[in-house]
Amino acid sequence: MTGHEQYADDLALYALNALQADHRARIAAHLAGCGSCRLELEQLRGDTALLALSTTGPRPPQRARQRLLDAIAREPRVPKIVQTEPRHSWWGYLRLAATVAVTVFAFTLWKENSVLKATLSNAQSQSARSARELEELRRIAAPIIAPEAQHVTLVSPKTPPQPQGKAFYLRNRGSLVFLANNMPPLPPQKAYELWLIPTTGAPIPAGVFKPDAHGSASVVNPPLPPGVEAKAFAITVENEAGSATPTMPIVMMGAGE
Amino acid sequence: MPAPISGCYVSAQPADAIRRARHFVLLYKEETERLLSSQPQGISPDLALVTGLKSGDQGAMAQLYDRYSSVVYAVALRVLGDTGAAEDVLQEVFLQLWRKPSAFDAARGSLGSWLAVITRNRAIDSLRKRRPETDIEDVVLSVAPDLAGDAERSRAAEKVRGVMGAMSPAQRSALEMAYWQGMSHTEIADKTGEPLGTVKTRIRAGLIALRKAFQT
Repeated sequence: MTGHEQYADDLALYALNALQADHRARIAAHLAGCGSCRLELEQLRGDTALLALSTTGPRPPQRARQRLLDAIAREPRVPKIVQTEPRHSWWGYLRLAATVAVTVFAFTLWKENSVLKATLSNAQSQSARSARELEELRRIAAPIIAPEAQHVTLVSPKTPPQPQGKAFYLRNRGSLVFLANNMPPLPPQKAYELWLIPTTGAPIPAGVFKPDAHGSASVVNPPLPPGVEAKAFAITVENEAGSATPTMPIVMMGAGE
Repeated sequence: MPAPISGCYVSAQPADAIRRARHFVLLYKEETERLLSSQPQGISPDLALVTGLKSGDQGAMAQLYDRYSSVVYAVALRVLGDTGAAEDVLQEVFLQLWRKPSAFDAARGSLGSWLAVITRNRAIDSLRKRRPETDIEDVVLSVAPDLAGDAERSRAAEKVRGVMGAMSPAQRSALEMAYWQGMSHTEIADKTGEPLGTVKTRIRAGLIALRKAFQT
């Protein structure tokens, strides 16, 4: 026996039927799940057989033989299917356990397959819905943010074009889209930086951008903390890499509507 | 539990269990066939006689009685010390064999050894006036030596007596009290004044000593 030495002495007592009922039940429960201890128990019973066979004595009285033969002659012998293997041998238990294991395994696979099919169906319908929504959003956003889109700012005929910026901010998602027109050209190695001015606290950087040849630019979803209430948005001129704090002067500013 | 792969649990255990089960069944059948084919011609082997019991052959029962009644009776008498009670146990053991011949697993040991263990258990139950604790179908044992013949049993008995004689008196006494009187280790400890653990260890060590004597 290996690994279950703590049961060794008790197994010997179990083989001798010398354990109290509760103790015996505990060992029996362990034996039901432990092949190595069952083998050890078989060995120990074999050892007890040696002990039994060491005894000698008188032969049984002759009447005992006739008594037995008379008894079996009276025993109703119900014809039944001859078993080719011991019903309760460990081999039988092993085959039964294997059958049960296969049945449980097949049932588990069937059940899991059903769940997977339902999950896959849900995922497919959700994916189709998401694809439709994404296509719709692309169709809406394309004229606004696509580089090749034509941007036209309409003003009074007597008013020269003015720099103009429009910020669309969704606070609970921290989502921001900023569009600018007629922005003046920048000095070399400089860029515009958009700032979110919260109701309390320091301005938060909201993206660095350079306008194209027509003065148009956009900033889409810069990294922002969610849930910040914006009091205003502002633009400063900074180095190309951007800055953690705004450099005066503010070239454009707008308060929330 | 194995990690799920592509949504299903992949495990080699059930397949292995089936393969092992098939393997064991094949081994069992091979061993049974080997035992059947290895019996000397002209002598009724135990297994053939037990097979006869399954089909209700009373002659087979008579032959088995003639072969093993002396062993069964000796064991019962040693435990009970009373010829009438020993005869009752003898009757009961052979009737059990008649009623449930398939309880004997020929692949695991000799019929004589199995009957000896069954008899000792029944006799102890009778001595202690308790209901049988173990069904004969649950008594599976493994014995290396072939003790089917009188000569083999005589040699084995001599060897066992030698091993018992070599044990310390305390160990021999603990083993005999447990085996022949059916005393629990608690009762032995109370009687001898020795710690429970010591008694348990002595009993097991005694049985292992017997086993080793037959392995050499």
